[in-house]
Amino acid sequence: MSNLVSFGYIVPELLLGAMAVILFLLSAMRRRNLLRKTIFPGLAILGLMAALSVLVNRTSGGIFGGDPGCISGCSLFFGLLATDPLADFFRILVISATTICVLISIGSPALPKGRTGEYHGLLLVMCLGMCLLSAANHLLMVYVAMETVSLCSYLLTGWDARKCRSREAGMKYVLFGGVASGVMLFGMSLFYGLFGDLSFQGLHLALQGSGALSGAMGQWAATLSVVFMFAGFGYKIAATPFHMWCPDVYEGAPTPFTALLSVGPKAVGMALILRFFYSIFLFPGSMETVIGASGQIPWLLLIGIVSAVTMTLGNLAALVQNNVKRLLAYSSIAHAGYILMGVTAGGQEGFEAVSLYMAVYLIMNMGAFAVVSLVEKASGSEELQVFRGLGKRAPLVALVMTIFLISLAGLPPTAGFIGKLYLFAALLERGGFWFLMLALVGVTNSVVSLYFYARVLKSMYMEKADTDLPTIPIRNPAAVTATALSFATLFLGLFWQPLATAARWSATLFH
Amino acid sequence: MAESTLLTWITFVPAIGMGFIGLFLMLNPLLKLPKAAMDNLSRVVAVVCSAISLGLVLMLWKEFDPSNTGIQFAHHFVWIRAFNIEYFMGVDGLSITMIMLTGLISFVAIIASLPWGIAKDDDHHFSKRAVPGYMALILLLEAGMFGVFCSLDFFMFYVFWEVMLLPMYFLIGIWGGPRKEYAAIKFFLFTLAGSVLMLLGMIALYFASNPSTLIDGTHCAHTFNLIKLANENDFGTAGNLLGMAFPKVVFIGMFIAFAIKIPMFPFHTWLPDAHVEAPTPISVILAGVLLKMGIYGILRMNFAILPEATLWAQTGMAVFGTINIVYAAFVCMAQTDLKKLIAYSSVSHMGFCLLGMAAFTEQGISGAVYQMWTHGIVSASLFLIAGVIYDRAHHRRIEGFGGLAKQMPEYTALMGLAFMASLGLPGLCGFISEALVFLGAFPVFTTLTVISALGVIITAAYYLWTIQRMFLGPLNEKYAHLPDVNWRERLCLYPLGAMIIVLGFYPMPILDLMNKTLHGLIKPLAQAAGL
Repeated sequence: MSNLVSFGYIVPELLLGAMAVILFLLSAMRRRNLLRKTIFPGLAILGLMAALSVLVNRTSGGIFGGDPGCISGCSLFFGLLATDPLADFFRILVISATTICVLISIGSPALPKGRTGEYHGLLLVMCLGMCLLSAANHLLMVYVAMETVSLCSYLLTGWDARKCRSREAGMKYVLFGGVASGVMLFGMSLFYGLFGDLSFQGLHLALQGSGALSGAMGQWAATLSVVFMFAGFGYKIAATPFHMWCPDVYEGAPTPFTALLSVGPKAVGMALILRFFYSIFLFPGSMETVIGASGQIPWLLLIGIVSAVTMTLGNLAALVQNNVKRLLAYSSIAHAGYILMGVTAGGQEGFEAVSLYMAVYLIMNMGAFAVVSLVEKASGSEELQVFRGLGKRAPLVALVMTIFLISLAGLPPTAGFIGKLYLFAALLERGGFWFLMLALVGVTNSVVSLYFYARVLKSMYMEKADTDLPTIPIRNPAAVTATALSFATLFLGLFWQPLATAARWSATLFH
Repeated sequence: MAESTLLTWITFVPAIGMGFIGLFLMLNPLLKLPKAAMDNLSRVVAVVCSAISLGLVLMLWKEFDPSNTGIQFAHHFVWIRAFNIEYFMGVDGLSITMIMLTGLISFVAIIASLPWGIAKDDDHHFSKRAVPGYMALILLLEAGMFGVFCSLDFFMFYVFWEVMLLPMYFLIGIWGGPRKEYAAIKFFLFTLAGSVLMLLGMIALYFASNPSTLIDGTHCAHTFNLIKLANENDFGTAGNLLGMAFPKVVFIGMFIAFAIKIPMFPFHTWLPDAHVEAPTPISVILAGVLLKMGIYGILRMNFAILPEATLWAQTGMAVFGTINIVYAAFVCMAQTDLKKLIAYSSVSHMGFCLLGMAAFTEQGISGAVYQMWTHGIVSASLFLIAGVIYDRAHHRRIEGFGGLAKQMPEYTALMGLAFMASLGLPGLCGFISEALVFLGAFPVFTTLTVISALGVIITAAYYLWTIQRMFLGPLNEKYAHLPDVNWRERLCLYPLGAMIIVLGFYPMPILDLMNKTLHGLIKPLAQAAGL
């Protein structure tokens, strides 16, 4: 599609960008206290809602019957971006995640008061980057969008410059991120050298009939470049062995932003992995055959191994954490592993499971971080011991946290269980020995993970606080958001038909 | 199959009660009720809701037609179309006995949770701590238990099965004894480890099932409907899984899940901890109802859906049943804590269920299910009895008492009755079930039955020895002022005691309910086994 026509399809991104510019300009003007407090978050939410409503308006016809929208082949800007259900689904997810992040940020002590305008502006730019990344259909676009997301996250991680930990986290993130994107870029350049193309469709065609792959050197180069690119993607979703940055960064970043960081980049990273592997390495119309760069490399099996290692490592490391933010960081690594199970399973079911789990994970994980942010605000720390006695002094907050934790552990009747059900169902439907083994590793991990989630429960309900800890105010946007998310978690655990329909729709690209 | 919402009401009345308590907790900042008023309000809600459920269960009993082997009182509609999940509740002869047991035991447990008759200065007693939370959780637990026994959709069954975990975890972990946290997490992890295996088994069965139709007539590629899984599918032809026949793999996965709940050796180690640390009413529910879910699950899932694999596992089940009976009885001999002794005796008695049902004979399976009933009421009274002495003496060391018969004659009589019923004295209900199990198992597993019968002697030995140590001999002077049972305890213990005696002489009310269904269940198995 030509550039002019294409603009019609990126209205949400344009809106986000425009609102970000407005926010930056406003924050450069003279500041009044009142303005700072309400107008910046207000404007940010306005921008996000506008983008969301455009998106939903466009897609609602597709989700619930009627025209399924542009199925593959509907590419914008001469193939840079794709507009399809997968992209739209993940765009809706990241815009919702950013909205939740803005809501939790209101009144958070972790954010310096003087720079709220820039903070929200950067959030919107990051959201813009994530939207583009979930639609990226071209390695160049992948790189540009990913760097947009990364640069914003580096800044926002180190946002609380008063705190040493936050600055350190920002620095670590920059270093790790820089290396990862460098490696990824190298992989992309190898690809370009081999095939002379960067668009996914072009690469797909090139892989099937390219003379570049006839020699052993060519095959090695192609394999290496895919591995390098996966390093970049894996870094975004915090999959082992590219997860090292995750706990430190999550712990150091301002808690409301950690909530977004644990969900947004992971979601778009997953969307990217789905799109990358399934549009480049698969024969069209067949889910069974995966052509490796060198003919027969079983990429899906390799992703399965990454998945098993990631979840095991994340869960085992989480067992010994005493800081709830760190604990949730390791748990989010584990969840990346769970979601990769769906990628491995592939097919309609696998994709559906990934989309569905991502939506569920967004709700429960951001909810858990919202509660951590509330507790942190009241007691100045997010160590496990400040959660002691929460069940007594703040019963509602503790109850909400309980719902998120059991959902993260994957117990019914919560949404987390439904997510796991879909992932395991996708694996079991595929059959095969390795898929079953992966499912067994997955369920074993669920049991292990229960232990550390239950440690938080134990602190909240069964241990007495050593010192007098403050009660937690619940009449603020963050608490209301958390409560609403907990309702969503329960509701989707009991009736998830709408979400299942949407997730199925998001997977139509791969029919 | 007439539609009826009776089962839905039975299940959700306790859940409504829980919601009611939660609502009052939420509104309390506005209402500003004093703590005592909130406590009493939640107690009243809990008693009323469980009484309503019990009443509805009695109504169900009255209306139930034992001559009909099909599903009765079905409540059936499509729940989640995306996964072909239906809301399907119904009872047959197997589940109605368990629903009756659940209604009865839950009501007794809630009565036992009232602080009536507890010393005024004993503020740390579980019945006086965080009462609204306790009552809400126990009601949720009751709803979960009813749900498990009423569900005829595998997915629903699984959801209810898991819903029970969390309240149980908190009830043990918050209101329990000194090592409550350890016991609670151990219970939680063990059970979850089992249920995730069941989850995999459930999904595997789902994908191996034949195309079918939902209740509203729409076509579905697979089904979770337990009745259809059992009647319209032959999983013997489903090919291999992990190098073994499909039914065998699924059987093993689900069997482990249920065996943990029973609990079967070697998965029983969570039980003594959970029982000892749990407050009395929770031990009552745990022993009275939760353990039965394991056996119920095996009968409902493994026996009905995977008959080939059940045949294959027949001897294995019988052997493990025998190990349970004999091993746990020996462990009982070594116990010094009264509650731990009763906990291990539960392990021993659940072995009879395994042995009985593995025989695939009519007496055997009836004996096994009747054993679930008798063990339900007998172990409930045993735990109540252990609670009585713990409330008074604040310890449960068997050696620490002596000569209590003089001080607490009524208590001694009740305990004697429960002990005798548990060791299988003729004329009491334990005898009927054990006799049926032995009768059924003897022609099939002669050696194992003889070994198990020897286990009964050990059972008698540890019970009689306990009586001797606690009630006979000189009175320990420390306990010369212990009051005898109070009215709350009488209210719990006498009805159970009466049932122990009545069902010992006339077991037909329970046996009649289930015989038709059970015999239908094992008939194909017995034929295939050539019995």
